[in-house]
Amino acid sequence: MMDNWLLILGMLAITFATRYSLFAFPDLRFPPLVRQGLHYVPTAVLSAIVVPGMLLPDGEHWALRLDNAYLLAGLAAIAIAALTRNLLATIGGGFLCFFLLRWALGQLPL
Amino acid sequence: MTRSQEFTQGARDMLPMLLGAIPFGIIFGSLAGSAGLSTWQALGMSLLVFAGSAQFIALSLLGAGAGLTVLLLTTLVVNLRHALYSASLQPFVRHLPKRWRVPLAFWLTDEAYAVVVHRYADSDPLADASPNKHWYFLGAALAMYLNWQLCTLVGVLFGQSVPNLEAWGLDFAMLATFIGIVVPMLRNRPQVAAALVASAVALACHALPYKLGLMAAAFSGIVVGVLLERRNERLIEEHS
Repeated sequence: MMDNWLLILGMLAITFATRYSLFAFPDLRFPPLVRQGLHYVPTAVLSAIVVPGMLLPDGEHWALRLDNAYLLAGLAAIAIAALTRNLLATIGGGFLCFFLLRWALGQLPL
Repeated sequence: MTRSQEFTQGARDMLPMLLGAIPFGIIFGSLAGSAGLSTWQALGMSLLVFAGSAQFIALSLLGAGAGLTVLLLTTLVVNLRHALYSASLQPFVRHLPKRWRVPLAFWLTDEAYAVVVHRYADSDPLADASPNKHWYFLGAALAMYLNWQLCTLVGVLFGQSVPNLEAWGLDFAMLATFIGIVVPMLRNRPQVAAALVASAVALACHALPYKLGLMAAAFSGIVVGVLLERRNERLIEEHS
């Protein structure tokens, strides 16, 4: 029987170590190449979360279908974001589309 | 903005993320018992580890009877992406004293990263030279933390009697927020290419376990972005 508290403390140490890894070196100045690369971290990471979230909502199965509200409302949110460049409008509009679609498709637990 | 304005704004900007995390926190709390965690251990894991993906993977590995070494190595792999966030935000927090950098790092989740990098990197530093942006970071991070603790508690206490929140698709709130953050960042070709390549690699590698697909996607996007940017610079130099 493994000690679960030992596991929790180990996970704490490892998780904190990854999150603090670069915050730990305030005097470190990145070389130009790294700095250039870091400019692409938000774009790359967020795209890599969003697009699979739209096309494989359960994380396993492709849902390239018209009854996939994640895909359709996600596309609507992308359009709203491109046109307005407004975060709140994107969230509000995207969420509204999402729930209207889910409601119309009978996918809400009502 | 003043400190308290930054703090409140950070917490407010996290609201959609909080909504999206609610079902996951409750599900974590309700599943922890069957994976062999006591009530206090479930709460303790949320309080001390505070990493949704790693916590869920720990539950499934515990349930499958995995050993401590496997569990900790898996935690490391799943959390590698946080080192990327840490590097990305380091230039913005390096001026802060340790008593700030330590807690901010502890609270650095995917959600907090997205919202905070938007505040730091996407605002014109000349037009918005607020010296209090770390209070924004703190507000966003604390909101996510408190929300996660409350949801874990609800899951632990009420477990299966909580109505099926997952079926509402609240996780779309996170996707919509990420879309609202990333689309305005696509200002030039290297950024667009980075987004397209990262998306394609993430799709191709979706079956890889432990967020390895996300890491592969992130690095591919970064490399393509840098290569294109360098090529553009060379072309400009040759023309001048």
